[in-house]
Amino acid sequence: MQEAIRQYIDLYKTQRDVIESHSAPVLNALRAQALTAAEENGLPSRKDERYNHTDIEALYAPDYGLNLNRIALPTSAHEGFRCDVPNLTSQLYFLVGDCFRAPEKMRPLPEGIIAGSLCEIARRQPDLVARYYGKIADMTKDGTVALNTLLAQDGFFLYIPSHTVLERPIQLINLIGGNIPTMNNRRILIVADEGAQAKILVCDHSEETGINHLITQVTEIWAGKDSVIDYYNLEENLPETRRVTSTYVHQEEGSNVLVNGITLRNGITRDNYHISLDGAHAETQLCGMAIADGEEQVDISTFIDHRAAYCHSNELFKFVLNDRSQGAFAGRILVRPGAQKTEAYQSNKNLCASDEAHIYTKPQLEIYADDVKCSHGATVGQLDQQALFYMRTRGISEAEARMLLMFAFMSDVIDHVRLDALKERLRQLVERRFRGELSTCKQCNIHIKP
Amino acid sequence: MLKINNLHANINGKEILKGIDLTVRAGEVHAIMGPNGSGKSTLSAVLTGNPAYEVTDGSVEFCGKDLLALSPEDRAHEGLFLSFQYPVEIPGVSMVNFMRAAINEQRKYRGEEPMSATEFLKLMREKRAIVELDNKLASRSVNEGFSGGEKKRNEIFQMAMLEPKLSILDETDSGLDIDALRIVAEGVNKLKTENNAIIVITHYQRLLDYIAPNFVHVLYKGRIVKSGGQALALDLEKRGYDWIKEEMGEM
Repeated sequence: MQEAIRQYIDLYKTQRDVIESHSAPVLNALRAQALTAAEENGLPSRKDERYNHTDIEALYAPDYGLNLNRIALPTSAHEGFRCDVPNLTSQLYFLVGDCFRAPEKMRPLPEGIIAGSLCEIARRQPDLVARYYGKIADMTKDGTVALNTLLAQDGFFLYIPSHTVLERPIQLINLIGGNIPTMNNRRILIVADEGAQAKILVCDHSEETGINHLITQVTEIWAGKDSVIDYYNLEENLPETRRVTSTYVHQEEGSNVLVNGITLRNGITRDNYHISLDGAHAETQLCGMAIADGEEQVDISTFIDHRAAYCHSNELFKFVLNDRSQGAFAGRILVRPGAQKTEAYQSNKNLCASDEAHIYTKPQLEIYADDVKCSHGATVGQLDQQALFYMRTRGISEAEARMLLMFAFMSDVIDHVRLDALKERLRQLVERRFRGELSTCKQCNIHIKP
Repeated sequence: MLKINNLHANINGKEILKGIDLTVRAGEVHAIMGPNGSGKSTLSAVLTGNPAYEVTDGSVEFCGKDLLALSPEDRAHEGLFLSFQYPVEIPGVSMVNFMRAAINEQRKYRGEEPMSATEFLKLMREKRAIVELDNKLASRSVNEGFSGGEKKRNEIFQMAMLEPKLSILDETDSGLDIDALRIVAEGVNKLKTENNAIIVITHYQRLLDYIAPNFVHVLYKGRIVKSGGQALALDLEKRGYDWIKEEMGEM
């Protein structure tokens, strides 16, 4: 067995009681299966085609600390994190490390909404959570998902009952910090019943410590019949942070799901998206952007599975890479037999703004139905020298001209955001990121003290 | 204002300009004419600092400064402007953001405060009127989806916004119908003062009917081979360039 995963399997075997006693029976019920999957498959190696651009073993190799006893980090998250997005009145929840922190201020939510700590709710309403937890995140196919399932003790849970519209966006802030390298395993489970609507914004922030942290996150989204879900994941970490996420979406008939993954900054990111269109007339917008410089790496792998007829999917991912950063995109669309009248479009556009940046792109389209409209396209380019010169002749400095071009390149991903306040905020954040100014949100003042 | 002395320039190792001498004073309009491939556009590219071209010899003095030592943006800040023969489309960059960046960088260079949003929009409105540029165009991406005529009007609009000392109009008349030509030329004339100067690069006499030059130069094979008054342009229109070639002893 690989050394990288053995340490966590050993940890689980010796600390099983601690892990389980600080979690919930519903989560514990999957650990035996997760252990088998982890032991059998190990972590994906670079020989695995899905992972040939990211050395997963190396990410898991350090001897990270896990907060198995759920010791609350002394943090002033509520005071410090005045965040956030101006004009966005959201209901805020926090995960500090991977521990849930009860919201300080609860705004009234529509009746029947259940939101909060996955562990607490799983203890209180085991039947509800058990119906969905771990049902679409397939741990047998990916060692990182198995390991997350084995070790995760808590996370965030959101349930929207049928025909309930949650107008107020739900915002989950993940804060990572502390002066020792830690591994943070969290789960997000979102369930929207028939006709339900919700917008969820997940923000990742790591504190400036110069310490390596590893985040693993498995998200499961159940989009019931005719439901509408927006799921944004904004990553704004430090170059020392490593993150591996897998997002699974199950869509029933007529559901409409937007998933937008935004990496403004991180050390090494690996994001997996697995969208399953299981009911007819379902619609998916899957998009994302990644900005990287220095030695940063962003590796995105997507799979859209058209299993039913009359579904639409629209996929757009963009990368802007500077310095010696590296990006990878692999996007697979599968149109199964019988998924007639499918419309599936995929686009991956990349800008290498330096001589040493690398992008690997691999669009894949597999079609087993004969009455469909599908397309995919991938481009890799550099900054348009003519446009740069044109702007400079108008007195715009080269740096500013580069910024304007890079920002323009990303603008259509921002345009896909369906929350106006977030859209505005993103414009500022992306611009600031390209200007090389302080990358963290201006109002953020996170203090996680050791 | 501008003093070009024995200017030589290459692109990809091929010599295009082979010793240009030209002096432009404030208040003057110079026309540079010449057959295709004579180096007209190269001259404008070299003066504005296009990195694709390499200056191998000679000097250019602009308002007392060594122009060739300045970056393209600083040449603009010093008051040089080029109306492009083929204005570049910049998808995703709005005209407003583009112009605001240009204006504010110019002000920064001069040690002035950035312009307020209200002031800026007022200025946009005012200058747009000079070339009858539609407000809709001003809110779109730079040159994206503009017709040929709109692109050229947009160039003169930018000239109006930046108020340069020396403007080079590179084939601004190409691709324009008569109405657009009139609008562009009238726009240029409105911007003309005693304190600025214009170099008009053109194939044809027709633009010079609107923008009257004080001097007409014929550029041929990388050199100015003939200079004269407006009559020279009329002569060229009537007789073509062959007689110049003959005078050069080539025919």
